[in-house]
Amino acid sequence: MRLFLSFLAGGLFGTGLFLSGMTDTAKVQGWLDVFGDWDPTLAFVMGGAIIPMAIAWRLTEGRTPLTGGQFPPPSNPELDRRLIVGSSMFGVGWGLVGLCPGPVIASISYNGWGGVLFLVAMVAGMAAAPKFGIQLDRLATKA
Amino acid sequence: METDWLWGLDGGGIIGAAGAVSLLGNGRIMGASGIVGGLVDGSARKTALERIVFLAGMVLLPLVLQYFSSAQVSTHMTGNSILIVTAGLLVGIGTRIANGCTSGHGVCGISRISMRGIVATVFYILAGGLTLAIFRHGLGLI
Repeated sequence: MRLFLSFLAGGLFGTGLFLSGMTDTAKVQGWLDVFGDWDPTLAFVMGGAIIPMAIAWRLTEGRTPLTGGQFPPPSNPELDRRLIVGSSMFGVGWGLVGLCPGPVIASISYNGWGGVLFLVAMVAGMAAAPKFGIQLDRLATKA
Repeated sequence: METDWLWGLDGGGIIGAAGAVSLLGNGRIMGASGIVGGLVDGSARKTALERIVFLAGMVLLPLVLQYFSSAQVSTHMTGNSILIVTAGLLVGIGTRIANGCTSGHGVCGISRISMRGIVATVFYILAGGLTLAIFRHGLGLI
């Protein structure tokens, strides 16, 4: 059941990314490009996704997941250097090419060698991230 | 095109439905960088199979849709490999350090009014906007 639901969620996620046009790097860069020919699509995708998700969070109250276990704990209110530095780094990479982790995977079958190269670099970055995080914390204690 | 926003809203709704299935069904927050990252750094051995199955669905459905799609699907992907590798590394390191990307912090975080999700989203959008301003309009590189 868990595996079926994982496949279903992944399939829906890929379908949504495909239909919304978010695997088109020009649409993503177009949204970030406020000084150019601005494309509002991404805002509609975000809005369209947040509405069912907000309802889902409401439905978690007083319940447990369908397949058992527990829902995630309440979100951590603390902001830290890792969140800010990491999100900023991500934003620069996102802007440079117009791809974030979801669309990279969803478009891997039709995005050519560039998509594959991006995925390889992203996975390498993810493998290096724990070490990078430790360096970042060290820098913080020195400062 | 004038129907793009409508496709955006519909596609977005399906992405939200995917997040709802993950959450209500399996009790998981659907974040692309977390699902891949957990497999990469080995921090998620117990849930490895469901992550792989999730990713398989994520790759297969667009593959089928794109095959049957009447219009040519264009991704406007850059051909500059230096740019691709740099951006890929930044996205990989950044999303793991921040513990989330557009799906985890953006969709799943904002929808539960998570402070971390909102702040992360503000920072990656600002950084992305600045990147376009500098590299496209300033330097003319992208």
